[in-house]
Amino acid sequence: MAPEPPLLSMSGITKSFPGVRALDGVDLDVQAGEVHCLLGQNGAGKSTLIKVLAGAHQPDTGTIHWRGEPVTLRSPIAAMRLGIATIYQELDLVEHLSVAENVHLGHEPTAAGFVVRRRTAKESTAHLLKRLGHPEIDPGRLVGELSAAQQQIVSMARALSHDVRLIVMDEPSAALDPDEVDNLFRIVGDLTADGVAVVYISHRLEEIRRIGDRVTVLKDGRAVAGGLPAKSTPTRDVVALMTGRNVEYVFPERPAAPGQGEQPLLHVRGLARDGEFEPFDLTVRPGEIVGLAGLVGSGRSEILETIYGARKPSAGQVVVAGRPLKPGSVRAAVRAGLGLAPEERKAQALLMLESVTRNVSISSMSRFAKAGWIDRGAELGAARAATRELSLRPDNPSVPIRTLSGGNQQKAVLARWLLRGCRVLLLDEPTRGVDVGARAELYAVVRRLADEGLAVLLVSSEVPEVLGLADRVLVLREGRVVHTAPAQELDEHRVLDLVMEGSPAS
Amino acid sequence: MTQPVSPPRGSADKVRPAAEAPAWRGLMARADVRTLSLLGVLAALIVIGGITKPDEFLDTRNLQLVLTQASVIGVVTVGMTFVITSGGIDLSVGAIVALASVWATTVATQEYGFGGILFTSVLVGLGCGLVNGLLIAYGGMVPFIATLAMLASARGLALQITDGRTQIVTVDGVLDLGERDAYVLGVPPLVLVFAVVTIIGWLLLNRTTFGRRTVAVGGNAEAARLAGIDVRRQRLYLYLLSGLCCGIAAFLLIILSGSGQNTNGNLYELDAIAAAIIGGTLLSGGRGTIVGSVLGVLIFTTITNIFALNNLQSDVQQIAKGAIIVAAVLVQRRTASTT
Repeated sequence: MAPEPPLLSMSGITKSFPGVRALDGVDLDVQAGEVHCLLGQNGAGKSTLIKVLAGAHQPDTGTIHWRGEPVTLRSPIAAMRLGIATIYQELDLVEHLSVAENVHLGHEPTAAGFVVRRRTAKESTAHLLKRLGHPEIDPGRLVGELSAAQQQIVSMARALSHDVRLIVMDEPSAALDPDEVDNLFRIVGDLTADGVAVVYISHRLEEIRRIGDRVTVLKDGRAVAGGLPAKSTPTRDVVALMTGRNVEYVFPERPAAPGQGEQPLLHVRGLARDGEFEPFDLTVRPGEIVGLAGLVGSGRSEILETIYGARKPSAGQVVVAGRPLKPGSVRAAVRAGLGLAPEERKAQALLMLESVTRNVSISSMSRFAKAGWIDRGAELGAARAATRELSLRPDNPSVPIRTLSGGNQQKAVLARWLLRGCRVLLLDEPTRGVDVGARAELYAVVRRLADEGLAVLLVSSEVPEVLGLADRVLVLREGRVVHTAPAQELDEHRVLDLVMEGSPAS
Repeated sequence: MTQPVSPPRGSADKVRPAAEAPAWRGLMARADVRTLSLLGVLAALIVIGGITKPDEFLDTRNLQLVLTQASVIGVVTVGMTFVITSGGIDLSVGAIVALASVWATTVATQEYGFGGILFTSVLVGLGCGLVNGLLIAYGGMVPFIATLAMLASARGLALQITDGRTQIVTVDGVLDLGERDAYVLGVPPLVLVFAVVTIIGWLLLNRTTFGRRTVAVGGNAEAARLAGIDVRRQRLYLYLLSGLCCGIAAFLLIILSGSGQNTNGNLYELDAIAAAIIGGTLLSGGRGTIVGSVLGVLIFTTITNIFALNNLQSDVQQIAKGAIIVAAVLVQRRTASTT
């Protein structure tokens, strides 16, 4: 008897976009009931591969077998009919519709062919939500009123409302807190126990250890390793496959006592915003990196944006180099020498239609202009100098910024403030969407900028990043600073205890 | 303390051509494809005009007429291009042209002669633009709604001023410029103004901080704000600029018709938006092209002229315009998706 064919078998998949070969002969086998992890740096081809699998992209060559039969996934609907569902990183829900309407969007239970049977839809939605461990979500609520984590559950409920045999999850844990991640893993476990296959994409290696069965590693559009055992392959090997290097996180060395004896460049006094965070004090000296650690919703980004003037404080003040800032004014903050690398790079920092040069020069345009007239040669030269200083790749500031990797886009944002002559750098999740290999380089850049005399305030949801990069750490819980200590005196467990329990070491 | 990075002396002109060329040429080629296809359409129209009415269409006088007619709407379109590039819209341009043209041709204004008419046209345009800008930038109103309100009020006010009557211009200086054989520097005066406005508009959009800020606000307003740009002030300036263009266009229209009417500038907003869009300016903001807008205006004006020469009614013209808008946007979508 022939062995059971795999649930899904993709072989020799290639897909080119103008100027880029995104997939270059990728093979992928997925068995029913397994968690198959897909690893790879940004630009390795993960997104393209899952879009092919979802029917959103058509491959140039290659074959796809589904339960032993050759198939063509001509459209997302075709993939859905076969039982392939995809949960994208950016959730595709309609905010102004209810949970039940979203779950059944496109396949509403109907009477007489077009009258939506609302009660049936609500009941089946409630049932699905219960199965997903979230019976508290009301099927009648508008999706726009739900938290990000709850929206993800709704997205999963939608996938399960079809007769699904394979679910693709694209970085599902990225926006979740630890306890929500646990629930996610429980759901994945339940699904695989029912024989559903899960293709799981994540940057976080420890997650893959916990729930993965097999791992396929993509690099530069090729599968450099297929079907490795997820639990027993050494981390070093996996990272080496992804990057060609043997290290995961490398943090630059800390100077002994940065900024000692100097006046603080940034001094925050009793700053607060009603309903977001309580009054707190903070100083950052030149040469120092101060980290804010806390969970999603602990007020980290809000604090940073309030210091920057993008939100108006309800109390307190921000003092830069001895001079108080006008509250709630970004322009005042920028003039005083503050620079922000925001959390949502594409939405908050970049002009995606423009070149690297124009993205870098945007905050210092008047420096290259006489009476409003821009000296484009000087602008290009300055942008080139600033991006070279940060080893931005490619070494050509005339290329459109959208063609850069996440890490290099982040460097362009840093170059913007470097060019401006900024003295206090506020970094909000600086390595979000930056692949493992590029992170170490970015850490080194941040440390170097601090060594050159910048004051850096860093916010990150990744505790090892804060502990590894910062000199001093403030731990936040529900809008309150619960602990302050030098980074060397803290470890990951201690910080996680603090952010969960909130008991200061008094 | 970190010093601002300053460009190494002379580094700007020592740009390494080898590394620079591909991306640069790529951008140029893309811009060229769009511009060339518009030029192609215009050329095709001229051929059609030349074949159907060889004597009349290619006559110098007729070509001058086409350019003169394009001038009024062209000046409005340059202003509109800035507003759309910033992610906004100005529905009130036609109404502002009407109001400015009647306010500048009242008996009282005409007593101040040429200067009075010019000054009033421009001032009324700027005033309406100021109201639009304040409502949108500082009042937080959606551009569509604010300028829709301006459209209604300005038209109403124009009707109130004229009581529906045509106000004949009696100032000689103005009438002289409207003569068929009036030339300034060898070109019809309206065409000269159109050309100057176009050149200034192109320089403003492509070579100045004002243009950069416009593109930044349209491309990503939040990013522009967090980069330290005063987004609200920029928005105010943009609607002022559109109002200014309307004021200039109103003055051109007064010259052209020798009168002021409250029905002037009817549906200019749609013509200007359509010309900007087929020219390649993104309705969602973040990219704008003055050259494309001007070509868009010329294409529409040429169609109107050819249809009129061939005794085709305006209903057929409207259908053709609609088809061209659809075709242009479809072509742009195709070129956009392959780049």
